[in-house]
Amino acid sequence: MNWLDTIVQGLLLGGLYALFAAGLSLVFGIMRLVNLAHGDLIVLAAFLILVLVSALGLNPFVAALVAMPVMFGIGWLLQSQLFNRTLGPDILPPLLVTFGLSIVIQNALLEGFSADSRRISAGALETASLALGPVNVGVMPLLTFLSAVLVIIGLNQLFYRTALGRAFRATSDDAVIAGLMGIKPHRIFATATGIAMVVVTIAALYLGTRANFDPTVGPARLIYAFEAVIIGGLGSLWGTLAGGVIIGVAQTLGASINPEWQILAGHIAFLLVLLVRPRGLFPRAVD
Amino acid sequence: MTLLETRGLTARYGDFQALFGVDIALEAGEIVAIIGANGAGKTTLMRSISGVLKNAAEQIMFGGEPIGALSAPDVMARGIAMVPEGRKLFPSLSVEENLLIGKYGRAVDGPWSLETIYGLFPILKERRNSPAPALSGGQQQMVAIGRALMSNPRVLLCDEISLGLAPVVIRDIYAAFPAIRAAGASVVIVEQDVSQALKVADRVYCMMEGRVTLTGTPAALTREDIHAAYFGVRG
Repeated sequence: MNWLDTIVQGLLLGGLYALFAAGLSLVFGIMRLVNLAHGDLIVLAAFLILVLVSALGLNPFVAALVAMPVMFGIGWLLQSQLFNRTLGPDILPPLLVTFGLSIVIQNALLEGFSADSRRISAGALETASLALGPVNVGVMPLLTFLSAVLVIIGLNQLFYRTALGRAFRATSDDAVIAGLMGIKPHRIFATATGIAMVVVTIAALYLGTRANFDPTVGPARLIYAFEAVIIGGLGSLWGTLAGGVIIGVAQTLGASINPEWQILAGHIAFLLVLLVRPRGLFPRAVD
Repeated sequence: MTLLETRGLTARYGDFQALFGVDIALEAGEIVAIIGANGAGKTTLMRSISGVLKNAAEQIMFGGEPIGALSAPDVMARGIAMVPEGRKLFPSLSVEENLLIGKYGRAVDGPWSLETIYGLFPILKERRNSPAPALSGGQQQMVAIGRALMSNPRVLLCDEISLGLAPVVIRDIYAAFPAIRAAGASVVIVEQDVSQALKVADRVYCMMEGRVTLTGTPAALTREDIHAAYFGVRG
């Protein structure tokens, strides 16, 4: 076993999991909403990109750019028309509603696209690779990881450098007092979910070009996303990236020992981190 | 001209009625103090005016328009800013970010900006990059007042700003009110600390059990009158 290669591949895989998780982390951090349909929304975005690629003959990266505003709109509408009605002191209604939405999305996709496995073709990029010193890395995994880092940097800039980001954090701290500052929490939440859906679209691009997907794979992506968010510490975006990387490295290490252990190794790493740091690696100081 | 006025304002939390027909008026350029014991309805009155609690539209008039039924962000956008009880700074924001968020819903030109607020409370300039919870209680209160001023409000509502602060700190904070008034804001001060409120106010309303029991200028009110209106018994 080539240790360096295994760890580098795991690191790059972690970028994909971090992309799955970043939107979840964003939404949870701002409004304490656990979106159980997050994985299915990634799959929905992947089908949207697939349709744009096959119907219009677009390059998948261009198709993702086109899909982003559409997904932002879907996120905005979902939040303003549906999720906002479920938010309150009781945490159960949002869980039930997003769980139901997950089933609705899966079945709607099954109706529309059948249960066949699909894949978005990225042409020659799919098999391209680069030699980085002693290790060969695939161009797509590298792009995935770089996208994840850029998404986290971008979201952090948004959070800590803009008026909208201040409003996000203020609303997360205390929605009633935020209202006294002229902030409309429900509108802030809708914007946040819209932005999360843009990140979901980026995740969907790499999900769809790197592996097969069908309408029912969403919940499995959701588990990795959840684990990445929780390992990293709720509400910390860099923590989410670290969490994704830990799961990715654990999975490739497990797989290199025995291919049957890939998934299991990721879950065991998750449990081990929770044993040592029950609140995750970088929990937000204020909660 | 009457800037802000409540007309027979009633408010309830479920079955519990907290305000029974409160009439209060604030003239432009005036500082009005509302005093009363715990549970007198002062904070409920603030929550009603600021839009946190919704009321019948005509029960609260601002600049001649009914605002009783508006939401808090809409009331704030019209120029009524609130310094909430307990300061309620945003803990994940720095001091300067707390100030900046004050103009999120109403960014209008006026006398108040980061520079002028740092001029009013110089200590905040030194601490501007500190997280808000790292400040002392008095400094936090200065941030809360500055945050409300950032929107250049026409009316500043101050709810229990002396609560939990040392007398010397309270004096420093109250020293800012002449400058706030001179810059053009009318002020409503809600207080349990009667002596401070009487020193800066032009007029005083005393509340007890959801009603106004006494009103007048500080000079015209005797200690006995206030005592009776405050506690409901002659001292």
